[in-house]
Amino acid sequence: METLDRSGIDALLTALRERGFTVLGPTVRDRAIVYDELRSTADLPVGVTDEQAAGSYRLTHRGDDALFGYTVGPHSWKRWLHPPLVRLLRITPEEGGQGFTADSSDPGARRWAFVGVRACELAAIGIQDRVFLDGPAVDPVYDARRRGVFVVAVNCAQAGGTCFCASMDAGPRAREGFDLALTEVVDDDRHYFLVEDGSPEGREVLAALPSRLATADEVKTADRILESAASSMGRSLEMDGLPEILGRGYDSPRWEKVATRCLSCTNCTMVCPTCFCSTVEDVNDLADGAAERWRRWDSCFTTEFSYLHGGSVRTSVSSRYRQWLTHKLGTWIEQFGSPGCVGCGRCITWCPVGIDLTEEAAALRESDRALHA
Amino acid sequence: MSERKPKLAVWKFASCDGCQLSLLNCEDELLALTGKIEIAYFLEASRATVEGPYDLSLVEGSITTPHDEERIHEIRRSSRFLMTIGACATAGGIQALRNFADVREYTSIVYASPQYISTLNKSTPISDHVWVDFELRGCPISKDQLLEVITAYLHERKPAIPKHSVCVECKTAGNVCVMVSHGTACLGPVTQAGCGALCPAYDRGCFGCFGPKETPNTISLSAWLQERGSERRELIRSFRNFNAYATAFRKESEALERAEATHG
Repeated sequence: METLDRSGIDALLTALRERGFTVLGPTVRDRAIVYDELRSTADLPVGVTDEQAAGSYRLTHRGDDALFGYTVGPHSWKRWLHPPLVRLLRITPEEGGQGFTADSSDPGARRWAFVGVRACELAAIGIQDRVFLDGPAVDPVYDARRRGVFVVAVNCAQAGGTCFCASMDAGPRAREGFDLALTEVVDDDRHYFLVEDGSPEGREVLAALPSRLATADEVKTADRILESAASSMGRSLEMDGLPEILGRGYDSPRWEKVATRCLSCTNCTMVCPTCFCSTVEDVNDLADGAAERWRRWDSCFTTEFSYLHGGSVRTSVSSRYRQWLTHKLGTWIEQFGSPGCVGCGRCITWCPVGIDLTEEAAALRESDRALHA
Repeated sequence: MSERKPKLAVWKFASCDGCQLSLLNCEDELLALTGKIEIAYFLEASRATVEGPYDLSLVEGSITTPHDEERIHEIRRSSRFLMTIGACATAGGIQALRNFADVREYTSIVYASPQYISTLNKSTPISDHVWVDFELRGCPISKDQLLEVITAYLHERKPAIPKHSVCVECKTAGNVCVMVSHGTACLGPVTQAGCGALCPAYDRGCFGCFGPKETPNTISLSAWLQERGSERRELIRSFRNFNAYATAFRKESEALERAEATHG
């Protein structure tokens, strides 16, 4: 473990840029901490934190100069690895001939450095890796975008009001999947970062930074901060036996109850860092006869999503919510070996009417207990 | 090419002409379009007209007069494929506010000699009168969606016009939700996409120009906004906009009105 001073973060961003990375990280825009390109540490949300509750997100000032003193915002890294809209193919007819040319390049792909990746987000990237890369078919868009990513994780020094990564064993400390992992310490008189490397490239980058070996005291301070974050989660989710409960809870009245509130607006699935569903649309150009195939994020909350011959299979909102929750916390495990939830809390915060997945899961558990006691 | 180009007609009923203008606004694409389709009847663009029948009719505006009621049937008879464009044609438009009031009272206030006015009690969408093959939403419609539908028609494929919420467009664009981040009332979660989430992109709530999305839960949205300080009267005005008479928005504004009358 090494220690970097506050100025070491400027050196880190510079080093990443010099290595050819496009550096992405947290920045304040439109009253939220979003991810965007970082030019310097001045772009970071210095001294800003977020207050989150079901259906509510507000920024406030911390009263210090912390660079990473918030939890997670509306964006996730999925935006870059599995983009909301991407052209898969462009087919252009050859002039005067019968042939055509096909272009399946992805002009949006870059070599990115993600700065400020939270432990839950690392877990989410791990889940999407399994979805897109480990199956019989590898997704070429995800594969090309994912391969070169340099991850600077930042351990969470605080938990948000809708966080429950501790329940999902996904945080607040990043354990794997990073090149470098930082823990920020803002004391009365010192502002520094504990740095851990997690890959040969991470070690190389760290070696060029003005760091020094961490003292036992510094390590202990960082550990204490992460322990306190783990014990101050705004939410919790009991996973024990939940897949079975969801499996036999098909007829639970809770689905109808949540459907009276659910807007089927898709926000939960769009902000979810693991939701991966997409649809393809073909478009053609009247002028040059070219055709394009685009892929865009889809959601199990639309009727089109379950459209089979003759109509949608899930016409009721209750069936769509049930599909989402049952997949996320139940059948995902059979399919990909883990739940599709990392406890980031985005679906709770960014639901326009504040529907809380942990509350729904607890209610389903409760009605199951009443039924099968 | 010896093949006959399909004939396009553009018709106007009670409306502001804005949706027809979207076709003229196609500019760059207009030339490509006229290469594939004959603009046979489009009075806003040209006085020269070609007789029907027409392959594709675009109908703008709502039915507000007895004369309109007859004319739309003639147009339907002379059209192989009929598509309505814009909130007036698909939902009755802003002029459907009369549907919640007494039109005779209105005419007596607005016109010096109301006895010359022959108008219906209600402003209604085209689909209340004739079979409509496709409805293109919006106030005004989106130029890109219009081109998509015409292109899809020419290639005999399904148009990619999703019925999901505006929220999908916000999230695609990376907009920060105005409801969640500053409590601004927004109709986006119950409104059909198509505008590209224009208002939320400028930090405003959605006005619902594209009408109700599929399975809209207006009750839940209203309840949430009221819990957070929105007045019933404000919400009635929000739902009584360009798509006031679209079923889901109409029912919600009427329910709010009943609640207002009961609880004050």
